[in-house]
Amino acid sequence: MSDLTVERLPPLGMVTIRGELSKIGDAIVGETGCAVPAPRMSERSGERQLLWMSPDELMLVCEYGEAGATADALTARFGDAFATVVNTSDARQVFALSGQHAEDALASLMPVDFARMKAEEVRRTRMAQIPAAIWREGEGWRLICFRSVATYAEDLLRGAKTVGG
Amino acid sequence: MSRRLKIGGRLIDRSRPVTFTFDGRELRGYAGDTLASALLANGRMVMGRSFKYHRPRSVVGAGPEEPNALMGVGEGARFEPNRRATLQEVYEGLTARSQNAWPSLGLDIGRMNDYGSRFLPAGFYYKTFIHPRPLWKHVFEPFIRKAAGLGAAPEQADADTYAHRYAYCDTLIAGGGVAGLLAAKAAGEAGERVMLVESRADWGGRSVTDGAEIDGKAADTWVKDILQHLDGMENVVRMSRCEASGVYDHGYVLCTENLTDHTSHKDGPRERLWRVRAGRVVAATGAIERPLSFAGNDVPGVLLASALRDYVVNHAVSMGERTVIVTNNDDAYRTAKVLLKAGLRVPAILDVRSAAGSAIVNEVKAMGVAVHHGRGIAKVHGDDRVTGVSVCLQAGEGHVMQEIRCDCVAMSGGWSPVVHLWSHCGGKLWWDEVRAMFRPDPDNPPSGADGQGFVTAIGAASGALTTAEVLADAAEAMDTEAPVCVAEEEGPIQPVWIMPEAAGPKLRTKMWLDFQNDVKVSDVRLAAQEGFESVEHAKRYTTLGMATDQGKLSNINGLAVLADRLDTTIPQVGTTTFRPPYTPVTIGTLAGEARGVVFQPLRRTPMHDWHEAQGAYWEPVGHWRRPYCYPKDGESHDEAVTREIRATRNSLGLLDASTLGKILVRGPDAAKFMDMLYTNMMSSLKPGRCRYGLMCDEQGFLMDDGVVARIDDQTFLCHTTTGGADRIHGWMEDWLQCEWWDWKVHAINVTEQFAQIAVVGPNARKVLEKLGGMDVSAEMLPFMAWADGTLGGFDLRAYRISFSGELSYELAVPATQGLALWEALIAAGAEFGVTPYGTEALHVMRAEKGFIMIGDETDGTVVPQDLGLDWAISKKKEDFLGKRGQQRSEFQKADRWKLVGLETIDGKPLEEGAYAIGEGRNANGQQRVQGRVTSTYMSPTLGRGIAMGLIERGSERMGETVRFSRIGQGPQEARIVNTVFFDPEGEKANV
Repeated sequence: MSDLTVERLPPLGMVTIRGELSKIGDAIVGETGCAVPAPRMSERSGERQLLWMSPDELMLVCEYGEAGATADALTARFGDAFATVVNTSDARQVFALSGQHAEDALASLMPVDFARMKAEEVRRTRMAQIPAAIWREGEGWRLICFRSVATYAEDLLRGAKTVGG
Repeated sequence: MSRRLKIGGRLIDRSRPVTFTFDGRELRGYAGDTLASALLANGRMVMGRSFKYHRPRSVVGAGPEEPNALMGVGEGARFEPNRRATLQEVYEGLTARSQNAWPSLGLDIGRMNDYGSRFLPAGFYYKTFIHPRPLWKHVFEPFIRKAAGLGAAPEQADADTYAHRYAYCDTLIAGGGVAGLLAAKAAGEAGERVMLVESRADWGGRSVTDGAEIDGKAADTWVKDILQHLDGMENVVRMSRCEASGVYDHGYVLCTENLTDHTSHKDGPRERLWRVRAGRVVAATGAIERPLSFAGNDVPGVLLASALRDYVVNHAVSMGERTVIVTNNDDAYRTAKVLLKAGLRVPAILDVRSAAGSAIVNEVKAMGVAVHHGRGIAKVHGDDRVTGVSVCLQAGEGHVMQEIRCDCVAMSGGWSPVVHLWSHCGGKLWWDEVRAMFRPDPDNPPSGADGQGFVTAIGAASGALTTAEVLADAAEAMDTEAPVCVAEEEGPIQPVWIMPEAAGPKLRTKMWLDFQNDVKVSDVRLAAQEGFESVEHAKRYTTLGMATDQGKLSNINGLAVLADRLDTTIPQVGTTTFRPPYTPVTIGTLAGEARGVVFQPLRRTPMHDWHEAQGAYWEPVGHWRRPYCYPKDGESHDEAVTREIRATRNSLGLLDASTLGKILVRGPDAAKFMDMLYTNMMSSLKPGRCRYGLMCDEQGFLMDDGVVARIDDQTFLCHTTTGGADRIHGWMEDWLQCEWWDWKVHAINVTEQFAQIAVVGPNARKVLEKLGGMDVSAEMLPFMAWADGTLGGFDLRAYRISFSGELSYELAVPATQGLALWEALIAAGAEFGVTPYGTEALHVMRAEKGFIMIGDETDGTVVPQDLGLDWAISKKKEDFLGKRGQQRSEFQKADRWKLVGLETIDGKPLEEGAYAIGEGRNANGQQRVQGRVTSTYMSPTLGRGIAMGLIERGSERMGETVRFSRIGQGPQEARIVNTVFFDPEGEKANV
């Protein structure tokens, strides 16, 4: 039996931030306390985490309840800068994965070179037939996918065939 | 008779006997046997029937090249046809059955094809198409259909599971022979991440079988040592029973690992597909021996000299007591040595070369074997097995000089490097005249993204022949030191493509090139004669190399025969294309986890489970499932739809509209961008208001529609069709990233963020007021307006939009609130008989209102003007996507088919997709048509069949009656009317 625990988590606060990062970076740091992450990386500040999504997109992960207010505050800070902030906390399902075979299970579903994945890296990729993203959280993993395919994702993870056990 | 030898067999374990069945008979073998070696050990020579002539066949090879010994393995839900007995390992309880034989392997009626083989020449199949015409349908087609196809399809769903695994490495080495092992050691010691895969269960390849000596040790000891060394390196992963099946661009390699095909237990996945990204690929895939083309070379008992060695050395199995060896090179002499050592007899070696004086030839001669130089086989005697050979001069026409009694013939026509992995991505080959083989051309490797070669062929795969050569070649390629190995002098090969060289037609029709597909020398010559000069054409005409073995034995011999017939050279003719996979891969392996509930992602709205609990009948819409209707006890779907429509039109309906696309468009240039995307003017839309809009592609064709809400000066929310959400978002990004990269606009797909519920019907406002909160009155929230607010404690956005013609609100809430809001509406709506309705009721109600549906009224060839939507096309805007396309003359033609409403005379609905019948016949003698039905429904509201259709000049022909086709019945008449059947003034929605 493989040692893998798959847990559906209640929604996290997620705020999509788009804009020229060089121009809005200071405002982001000021509001979130997180540094602007390097490409494919993430930065943390307390419960908040800033994930690099693309050259002009970040995602702030925070407590569900504070996402709306944080989004409004960010919009206010950006002022006239060309930037868009959207609360997308309900768009995704968050999974917590733990256990000795978590990485093994993910490697059966995702084209990710886990051996070369850095501790702070966020990997936006594909899990079988859906888009998904992962990052490390403690000893385990956080995995997000769109909420409409959460059941598919859970079925995939629970049925994942590991090499190790 | 073939049998088990009392001693030897380096791969079998005599202490572990296993029982298996073949065609219902229980047989015994040993652990380590292949199905082929175990059958031979039991004296079962005949293992299959050939495809076309049903000739009895035994093994020719001992590996993946085997064309004959194909069998059905397993039973019931684990049955699989066409498995190679030479690769299938035996295990306790294995069941196998022969195929392509009826009623039995021993007595096969299809054999009559063989006796009539002169009526089944190359291209027979194609010729039957031509004449006489009636014979195709009544004679040839049923006959060919019955004869075609190897093996039987499984009759049950596959009980096994399959897995995928993504893996990354610097160097992937395909092949665990001595070259591959040396390469793995070199790459591993250099600190690279190494994956080493070997398709068979054992390591070391031919060098071990042939008893080579490496670094002063026996090859098997050397192999054991190096494996131990590799296992000590953390950066090296090695897998046996794992074949590198295909090499693709960017260093992508598919490897198929067998997990349970060799075990009695079937726990866990049966196979694992390794999806590898490798920095470079090292093909150490060895070489395959070539057969010789002499008459009767397919009779059971004739096999490759190296394969015979494999059976004797690896499995202690002999094919017969007396083996005649026929060869054009020195390698077959190794077989003579092996046979003599095993106590078997070699009555003669027929060596086509006029002289040969290398060490091994002299050694064999000294052992007392009669070597006849310049001789070949005129004919093999025997039917179900070899009884003897007629000897002739290779340089002659086949006059028999001598007959030799024997029960086995070992042939060697030289070796062909396995260049498949080198060639999959375009590596080029060169013809080595001296060695008579196509070899990888190191100057023309398959190139990666950086323009550099990413595949290296080493060892026998690159054309090296002896163990010393193989190791030297591998060492050089891997920039390492070659182990010490005694060089073996080998005499030159003399290429032989037909034996004897001047054989006449009678002999040529019995010389097999492709054993599996029954293609003979005569067939390839006929193809050349009939003008199929390209090797690719000749291949398809004759089916040479098109069987499940993909010509591993036949390709080179076949193209050499073709070259000879065309009086050209082998490199001029060239090879056919080497395509992955190297050996067949099961569909299950490729599908991996994608079966059952995870066959495809199924998208669920936040209210999905509620719909399911209500017994919704589902309709797939993209990857979503939407309720088509909610049938109550005993209700038909039609009855349910009728009830849902009446309830909505008369009181209150609810629709889960969450699947509709929602794309936020924001930025200083958002208004400009919206004006380009939509055909109508969006920049003039006031915040707080909604507008229906059309999107066209550059050609002007209508591709999506929906309601746009202006949120603020810089922000729009675009609703798209359910199926259009991702596509339109991609379309927007395409324009923003590639064309208008300097426009300051963000397009963000927020479809998944919101649940959206349409509250529809005369009592819609009442139920919202009952929930209480924001002002939803006609004054505060008029038709085509939206507002943020609270209802029943839910923070939401309410849009006053209608796709049904009724008073209607669409409420958008964060997705996690969707189900709660839905249930609150169901509870509050109870007093109004609230009725959830599905997509069919939605469709009927929109058709009653004459609203178009993307995909019904449009099919990629329809411009908005065809649908009478000219009002939604701005005349003021300088440009929009599709504007120029729509100006083309084709769209200005007066006889375009235009959208109209259709009201049947008999009141029954028109058939789906029915054509409007025109006058006369067209140039092809077909009935002319003047239009077609795009949507048709039974309207419960109007109590009659209504439809929309595109009719030639339709908009000018109001009141005319047109006839529509019906399947199996006479035409049905319908009157052309306005598209709006219900509430033409829109009074019901605007209250």
